[in-house]
Amino acid sequence: MAKVFIYPATSLILSDLVARFGHKPLGAALGIRERIQTAGVDSPPLQITPEEPKRGLKYAAVEVPSGVRGRMAIYGPLIEEAEAAIIVTEADFAFGCMGCARTDELILFTLRQSGIPILELEYPRDEDEGIRFVAAVKKFLAGLEDGGEA
Amino acid sequence: MKKVRIAQLTCGAEYSGVQKEIYDAAESVGAEVFFPDIALGDVERAVKKFGLDVKSADLKLMIARAMALVEGKVEADGVFIGTCFRCAEAAIVRNELRRYIPENSKLSVVSYSFTERTTAGTLLTRMEALTTIARRRALLAREEQTGITMGVDSGSSTTKAVVMKDNEIVGTGWHPTTEVLKSAESAVSDALEMAGLTREDIQAIGTTGYGRFLIGKHLGAELIQEELTVNSKGAVYLAGHQRGASTVIDIGGMDNKAISVIDGIPGTFTMGGICAGASGRFLEMTAKRLGIDITELGPLAMKGMGKNVPMNSYCIVFGTQSLVNALAAGSSPEDVAAAACHSVAEQVFEQQLQEVDIKEPVIMVGGTSLIEGLVYAMGQLLQTEVVVPPHSQYIGAVGAALLASGFIKGE
Repeated sequence: MAKVFIYPATSLILSDLVARFGHKPLGAALGIRERIQTAGVDSPPLQITPEEPKRGLKYAAVEVPSGVRGRMAIYGPLIEEAEAAIIVTEADFAFGCMGCARTDELILFTLRQSGIPILELEYPRDEDEGIRFVAAVKKFLAGLEDGGEA
Repeated sequence: MKKVRIAQLTCGAEYSGVQKEIYDAAESVGAEVFFPDIALGDVERAVKKFGLDVKSADLKLMIARAMALVEGKVEADGVFIGTCFRCAEAAIVRNELRRYIPENSKLSVVSYSFTERTTAGTLLTRMEALTTIARRRALLAREEQTGITMGVDSGSSTTKAVVMKDNEIVGTGWHPTTEVLKSAESAVSDALEMAGLTREDIQAIGTTGYGRFLIGKHLGAELIQEELTVNSKGAVYLAGHQRGASTVIDIGGMDNKAISVIDGIPGTFTMGGICAGASGRFLEMTAKRLGIDITELGPLAMKGMGKNVPMNSYCIVFGTQSLVNALAAGSSPEDVAAAACHSVAEQVFEQQLQEVDIKEPVIMVGGTSLIEGLVYAMGQLLQTEVVVPPHSQYIGAVGAALLASGFIKGE
């Protein structure tokens, strides 16, 4: 079983796919709702304190906005722990969404720099693309150590 | 009392760890912060309609929520806009929304760029001003002082007291702020003595400034009010411009206020300053280094040419360095004084005046408005004639005394 970082980190579908194929998803485990009554689309489920942006200094310098560093305090350790990653770009809000584009850039860069196997896919826009999307995810996960069928 | 509802439009507040501070600041002024409820499906539609194509989802959410407020789909009493300090994408959205909301609705807006170090105390005055505007519109509409009232402004550098009687200033007192209560007592005594009145003659008291809560409690004040609304009121009252639009600039000892005022009520306002280099404190230091009294700095600056001395007081330490270097290189005290005034005006212009819509007349108030070199420099930067009303250094105390008359029994 490999530890697979998922992007968007809030995607329950991606998290479920990784788990179904026998691996451990690393993400925010937060559902995207039909209505948004919280501060952000990826409002953290845990109590973030002013300490998090300081911990985030490990991943981004002090001139980087505090919101980016606060997010990196959460996602940075997960990326360090990850043995593989699946990145879905241009995703629909309902699929999973990250609130800050600058953090997204840093997360994707850090993942690409880490040297772990990465599958990068565009979000599918129709049924055929959806089928190819799932097949690609399945193939990637099966190729990881100890990966298996759902 | 019904809570004032402040709509929060922010990006990064939770991950910066300051959400609790925002809640605490609102709670302490009897307000509640809420997130306008909108459908996920409406976000992209709203962003497209607004026309600002940003990438961050939370900034898109801010835009959609602002449109929901403007279109009346969600009701609020005021709006708090906040984004991470140093984020360029967020700064663009923050600026545009700060402009868009007041232009298209009657909602008052306060905006702020936060770091993880932002505390409830920093946000308190801004939240209090938002709450006051929503809750006390009738009081802020007052244009005439009645009876005998006193206003006390406990500022970071000086404490001012004013006694007013039948719409006239009859006594004033001014003392440097050392021990807050003692300074207030001294200023009050001087003002009463000048007015020929005693404490018992005062029918209502208003307090404002940093020490407002402490001295308000000590003096048994009927009105304890933050300086944004009080100074706006005092400025337009003294300038004889209570109706219509105006801009109030108050360069204080610790922070600066720039307020866009309509009919005596603040619309948008900013408060702060990156460093004391953009405040009256830098001018105090300049005067000290030149070996003159602060009251002599303004006339001295009027005789100099600021352009002759390179000075940037973005940071007070670097500003002081420029000051020392210029004097060591043989610059004249006149030129240095003029450069210091220009530098402070420039910092306020660049950091704060970009955030409010400048509408004439521009009224400068507070102790620094007596430094004519600073007023001249601000006028040059804004390309307008800056109005300094009489008693401008007592602006907060006058505003407090004026508003306090609304609390006289029978009023």
